[in-house]
Amino acid sequence: MSSQKRVKYSQAQKRTSQVSNSYQTNLLAGEEKEDLNDSKHSLKHGQDNPAEDYGHADDQGEDALQIAVRYFEKGPVKTSQSKDKILEKHLKTVENVAWKNGLAPEGIDILLNVALSGKFGSAVNTRILKCMIPTTLISEDSVVKAVSWLCVGKCSGSTKVLFYRWLVAMFDFIDHKDQINLLYGFFFASLQDDALCPYVCHLLYLLTKKDNVKPFRVRKLLDLQTKMGMQPHLQALLSLYKFFAPTLISVSLPARKKIYFKNSENLWKTALFAVRQRNHGPPPEPLKLMLDPAQVRPVKRKWNSYSVIPALNSSSCSKECGKKGMTLSDYLSSNGSFPLEQLKSFPQLLQNIHCLELPSQMGAVLNNSLLLHYINCVKDESVLLRLYHWLSQTLQEECIWYKMNNYEHGKEFTNFLDTIIRAECFLQEGFYSCETFLYKSLPLWDGFCCRSQFLQLVSWIPFSNFSEMKPLVFDHLGQLFFTSTIYFKCSVFQSLKELLQNWLLWLSTDIHMKPVMNSPLETTLGGSMNSVSELIHYVGWLSTTAMRLENNSTFLLHFILDFYEKVCDIYINYNLPLVVLFPPGIFYSALLSLDSSILNQLCYIMHRYRNNLTAAKKNELVQKTKSEFNFSSKTYQEFNHYLTAMVGCLWTSKPFQKGLYINPEVLEKAGIAEYKNSLNLVYHPALLSYAVSFLLQEWPEGRTVNVSSIRGKKWNWYLDYLFSEGLQGLKLFIRSSIHHSSVP
Amino acid sequence: MDSYDTPESTPRHSASSKLKDYFIGATPLQKRLESVRKQTSFIPTPPRRKIPQCSQLQEDNDPQKVAFLLNKQWTLYSLTPLYKFSYTNLKEYSRLLSAFIAAEKQKGLAVEVGEDFNIKVTFSTLLGMKGTQRDPEAFLVQILSKSQLPSENREHKVLWTGWFCCIFGDSLLETVSEDFTCVPLFLANGAETNTAIVGTWFQKTFDCYFSPLAINAFNLSWMAAMWTACKMDQYMAATEFLWSVPCSPQSLDISYAIHPEDAKALWDSVHKTPGEVTQEEVDLFMDCLYSHFHRHFKIHLSATRLVRVSTSVASAHTDGKIKILCHKYLIGVLAYLTELAIFQID
Repeated sequence: MSSQKRVKYSQAQKRTSQVSNSYQTNLLAGEEKEDLNDSKHSLKHGQDNPAEDYGHADDQGEDALQIAVRYFEKGPVKTSQSKDKILEKHLKTVENVAWKNGLAPEGIDILLNVALSGKFGSAVNTRILKCMIPTTLISEDSVVKAVSWLCVGKCSGSTKVLFYRWLVAMFDFIDHKDQINLLYGFFFASLQDDALCPYVCHLLYLLTKKDNVKPFRVRKLLDLQTKMGMQPHLQALLSLYKFFAPTLISVSLPARKKIYFKNSENLWKTALFAVRQRNHGPPPEPLKLMLDPAQVRPVKRKWNSYSVIPALNSSSCSKECGKKGMTLSDYLSSNGSFPLEQLKSFPQLLQNIHCLELPSQMGAVLNNSLLLHYINCVKDESVLLRLYHWLSQTLQEECIWYKMNNYEHGKEFTNFLDTIIRAECFLQEGFYSCETFLYKSLPLWDGFCCRSQFLQLVSWIPFSNFSEMKPLVFDHLGQLFFTSTIYFKCSVFQSLKELLQNWLLWLSTDIHMKPVMNSPLETTLGGSMNSVSELIHYVGWLSTTAMRLENNSTFLLHFILDFYEKVCDIYINYNLPLVVLFPPGIFYSALLSLDSSILNQLCYIMHRYRNNLTAAKKNELVQKTKSEFNFSSKTYQEFNHYLTAMVGCLWTSKPFQKGLYINPEVLEKAGIAEYKNSLNLVYHPALLSYAVSFLLQEWPEGRTVNVSSIRGKKWNWYLDYLFSEGLQGLKLFIRSSIHHSSVP
Repeated sequence: MDSYDTPESTPRHSASSKLKDYFIGATPLQKRLESVRKQTSFIPTPPRRKIPQCSQLQEDNDPQKVAFLLNKQWTLYSLTPLYKFSYTNLKEYSRLLSAFIAAEKQKGLAVEVGEDFNIKVTFSTLLGMKGTQRDPEAFLVQILSKSQLPSENREHKVLWTGWFCCIFGDSLLETVSEDFTCVPLFLANGAETNTAIVGTWFQKTFDCYFSPLAINAFNLSWMAAMWTACKMDQYMAATEFLWSVPCSPQSLDISYAIHPEDAKALWDSVHKTPGEVTQEEVDLFMDCLYSHFHRHFKIHLSATRLVRVSTSVASAHTDGKIKILCHKYLIGVLAYLTELAIFQID
């Protein structure tokens, strides 16, 4: 705090008193003018220097803050209705800046004085105090000056309490503490105030040095204790005194450490976090390490680690311990080992992959993409077991924390899951720990917490026997599925699609390497294919039921068809002998949909099914040896049935000639005796609007729009029009499945 | 996390080893996974267990050390297998751990603690504390305060004790490779800060993971039945149950003490299979207690939560605290706790 500032301050004081005496209205006008000038000035400034434009918005924010601070410094302007508005505006400015970027030491100095001098009402003081968040540091002088206001008796009890809480919360950001320590006696005297006592205790706890422990203070504390009973905050202070001067205190204090202080930080929790981050950057080891409460204050903490994921340390310690039992080769390899801390690039990893020192805690690899590469190709089972055990336990622990509805830990857990999922995406492979975690936690999951993370974990379940998995994962998921909203259902389909894709990718790359496998699980390619087909049938069942539950929602149908876009291409895309068709419930819903994009998607899928089936047929004819995987004729029949239905509806206007009989009387009653062409490309409810706009576009002068005129040549033009409107699926379908001789 | 820029759909060019192993199904990891699957798909606990037999301690045990473990309250933790732990290095571990403790204790303090950091750490094995020969040796860690006075008074005060054991841990032993030492049950007595420091050191050094081991009401009932079933020469304490009724502003505890011989008589009346305890018997035993209580007090204990069981054999609290009273059944009690710990780390 410079003397200049102080002068300015007293000037402000003088001006305030003047204001209250006479020139109230004038000054108010002047004030507003000044505001205007300032903002004009800043605008001009921005225009004059286009090069500095990038900082323009910030400049303005800064300027507004300057004005606001000056306003508060001057003190309240009485009278006038707009006073409240201006006050509110300036308060808002200060609050916004403070919570966003924090305030500079000078700003805090001035505003702290304002808040404690009692110039404004108590509500304003509270708000100011609450936003006294430093950008980086708070100057000690400001605190000392603020404390001096406490003696004047200008501020209310609640403001004092808030001030002490603030001081405790911000304690670590005060640049020096020597002068504050000189005020120890003053603070100590404040213990007598019952309302202040807990907070002052906390402050003293932070402030106390060995020299501060004096017999008279001990006596006073013991007196207070007898007066007020066993208060945890007094006990905390006493135990600290006892630590410094065991001889002075003979009373026995409970050995068990409890939470001694009411948490003063919680008002500023997010702000504190932000300040720490500003001060130290986002460090690999979390910031809590610097200011960990457990080290300074007796707050019970989770002792497993500071962050969920352990820091990267090479395992020199255990190596040192194992020296005696080392074999010669161990010795040789450890001699030239490459410390992890130096591992910075991929080429380095390649060069040293044979002599890499592994982290002492395997969980650390999650945060390091280079080591994930290593994990991916390592042959050492113990590395994977270490990761497995650590990850399983951590997931379990953290999840339990989350169940306590503790918001902070909930967020931590979400972040942790995100990290795991990132690693899984990076490796293109799921962790077994996550699979077992899902087994355990899915039955307890509410379908809401960490939804996106949970569903992503599902999509990374490693390939395995579906019938074994079903009771563990899918039955639980199914229960949630049927009782949840349509959005949940869509996300489930999305993640099942990804699961299918992951399984297929895995099988397609792996299966060709191992012709014979002796495993209790999937022994043959046929077994694996069974598992995949069971998954697809399960999704088929799920989607049929979901369509019924959601009244054939188009939105849902999109997600379902997305899944089948993967399914229809298994044979060609993944080179796996499997074709599974969609269930009728999905096929007909899509065929009769009112939405042209659904119809288009259906056409595309049918086209791909056709290609896959013809490819399969061709292969069957070529190599008769691989007979195990010939598709049953049922699949072909099913496909042909669907195809006939589609062509009958869309093209030949002879819908549902096979297997469906509707009494003509019923149709007559319903007024649709002429139903035959009502599902063709022109009249289909999803396409009728195209037909109309086609006619309007081609014959804009036509008085009436006669849709039935789309025939013969016009039909072909209409087709081209449809294709040009982006119905590519339809195009592919018609080109492949319909011979053009049959134009109606 | 560093940035990854792998396109999502890049197919892997080679199958990684773990996936192959997954197919072959012979690796420890694979066995682990299968055991978890089995456990999650069926009822987690087997429907029957053996009644603890008379002293199953191996003959080479040290009676003094065993006596030291009795009549103390221990806080339970489960522990994943220790990586590269070696019984031949216990001396070295003592040295490293005491250095670590000293460093930890000094770190947080605003003032110097002084030159005299008077603690000493010892590691020692607990011979004979195992169920089968395959079980790894149990071991004890202690933090002692060095006496201030010179040599004449060599008594060290024990500040903190923790021990690690594995009794009948076959199901876990099968699923790890030889680099690991399985001592899934950890018991601690002393200041929690010390437990935290020691635990942190173990986690950092042996890449393991400690989790508090709570005992749910279901398992407490099992303990009640199994311990009541134990034959005792003389009973040292009443059989006592504690139920907690969740209500505001303060929860209500119901304590229910029975003469141990009455409890034994009740048990004998519901007990059918010799040498074993079944789930039906446990349920029946507890139901009898409930109905007796209801007849007198018109309170349905089945609607409350069982939080503590104490018998002459041992007493256990749902928070994961245990006190073992009877030397004879030490191994039996630990075997069940090991089972619970293994279940937790699966």
